[in-house]
Amino acid sequence: MAGLARLRFTDDELDELTGQLAAVLGHAADVEALDIADLVARVHPMGLGDVTRPDEVRPSLDRDQVLAQAPVAESGRFRVPPVLGEAP
Amino acid sequence: MSPREPSIPASWELVVGLEVHVELATATKLFCGCANRFGDEPNTNVCPVCLGLPGSLPVVNARAVELAVRLGRALGCGVETSAFARKNYFYPDMPKNYQITQYDRPTNSDGRLELPDGSVVGIERAHIEEDTGKTTHMGSGGRIHDAVYSLVDYNRAGVPLVEIVTRPDIRTVEQARACAGELRAVMTAIGASDARMEEGSMRVDANVSVRPAGSGELRTRCEVKNLNSLRSLGRAVAYEARRHVGLWEAGERPRQETRHWDESGGRTISGRSKEEVEDYRYFTDPDLVPLTVDGAAVAEVDAALPELPAARRAGLAAAGVAAEAAALVVERGQDGLVLAAVAAGADPGLTVTRVVNDLALDDWSQVTPEGLAALAGMERAGKLSATQSKQVLAEMAATGGDPAAVAQRLGFKAMAEADLEAAVDEVIAAHPGEWARFCAGEGDDRKKMAGFLTGRVMRATRGRADGAAVNRLLTNRAIRP
Ligand SMILES: [Zn+2]
Repeated sequence: MAGLARLRFTDDELDELTGQLAAVLGHAADVEALDIADLVARVHPMGLGDVTRPDEVRPSLDRDQVLAQAPVAESGRFRVPPVLGEAP
Repeated sequence: MSPREPSIPASWELVVGLEVHVELATATKLFCGCANRFGDEPNTNVCPVCLGLPGSLPVVNARAVELAVRLGRALGCGVETSAFARKNYFYPDMPKNYQITQYDRPTNSDGRLELPDGSVVGIERAHIEEDTGKTTHMGSGGRIHDAVYSLVDYNRAGVPLVEIVTRPDIRTVEQARACAGELRAVMTAIGASDARMEEGSMRVDANVSVRPAGSGELRTRCEVKNLNSLRSLGRAVAYEARRHVGLWEAGERPRQETRHWDESGGRTISGRSKEEVEDYRYFTDPDLVPLTVDGAAVAEVDAALPELPAARRAGLAAAGVAAEAAALVVERGQDGLVLAAVAAGADPGLTVTRVVNDLALDDWSQVTPEGLAALAGMERAGKLSATQSKQVLAEMAATGGDPAAVAQRLGFKAMAEADLEAAVDEVIAAHPGEWARFCAGEGDDRKKMAGFLTGRVMRATRGRADGAAVNRLLTNRAIRP
């Protein structure tokens, strides 16, 4: 999975994450086992609605700082491997 | 005007629906406070939210919702409680690996759009979503297939969009163009978007198929992308329709796929196959709560809607303006001026001719309805030729002022009848061949010769002659040489 997501971990980190992932999958299995035949589907788990913000410009991040996170940058842009296929 | 496209045979019928993305004219992005601005340096309008950095949370821009609802109401849509979903895919134009969009609960659905020719195209939905970043493919040809690597700018990622999906109600190439043009006119009239196709703030995809005329069936469609102007849209739809007819008539069938319009080659090129339905694993975005728009809010939006292009065209028609001219006048936003000039006593036809012929004038703010009415009156009374009238109008637009005063300053007086007659006689004498054809000709040839001779008179009089008067004189001379 780490390979698919292009993330690099040490063996120690992998051991720790594998344990955490197992817990997440276990929880999903618990949820799946519940009998929900009588429940009505709803749009969102929280009873909240209409959380919005005013249309006011806030400062963006510094570009050098942003691009420093990228494996490779070029001409102020993120450089990525050639993409197979097209954008959806 | 676009060049005429060869149409498909009458035994076939075109079936087209449009998917139109418009960027909303907000100050900030849909879910963060980064500026929504075209043309800035790459990656200068980005933050943890639109870069999809861990721990960041999106919050909906209230103005984007307001504009989207205004847009929906302008298209006659019903507005319902909506929810945001994640459309999951791996492509570097979205750093989150999903795009936030509305899936089964769009804000607007079931509307209609009336086109200038009076036909109506149904609107299936108009939902809110975020735009993607801009990828540039670097390599030999700049195309996807020969890219060596790609560069990504996320300034556009997260810009608010509304995607308008029409029903497949479009039956002609002209109607497809008119539909996109009308959507653009509505967007700009309500201030929802600047809707510039060339800058990408309005992007049109066309779903094209054909069927035997009158059959009512829906056959395999292709989605044509990369249409950067109304002209490209018309050409691409015409090309694609002919391609489909060719395939069906050869006993083959089109493949359901995405195709790209190649402007220089004048053809569509096969892209992604749609035979396997993509699985975007849509699910409700847990970071965003539903949007409810109550009846009172909708009523408020309705009350604030400006008069829409269709109603404005109807207003011009009621004032005696021909339909085609009315569409042009509304498109250019000159309908207020024309209506006021007509109210001030101007002849509607002549006023519109002046306004439509001089669309090239950039600034009309100095032209008053009274001035325009007076100008039309002078032209109608034969005090100014059409050419002179246009020059006076240009001067009125540049410096303001009353047309009579401007005409005097420019030294324009209608030619005395005797001078005009002399000019006409000179032209007749100089072009006996054309004159003979005019006298003997019928229909088109006579019209062609009339145009030629009138042109010569205009040239000889440096535009001072009145075209209609010249035509009348030519006709008189032909009857009584
Ligand atoms: Zn941002």
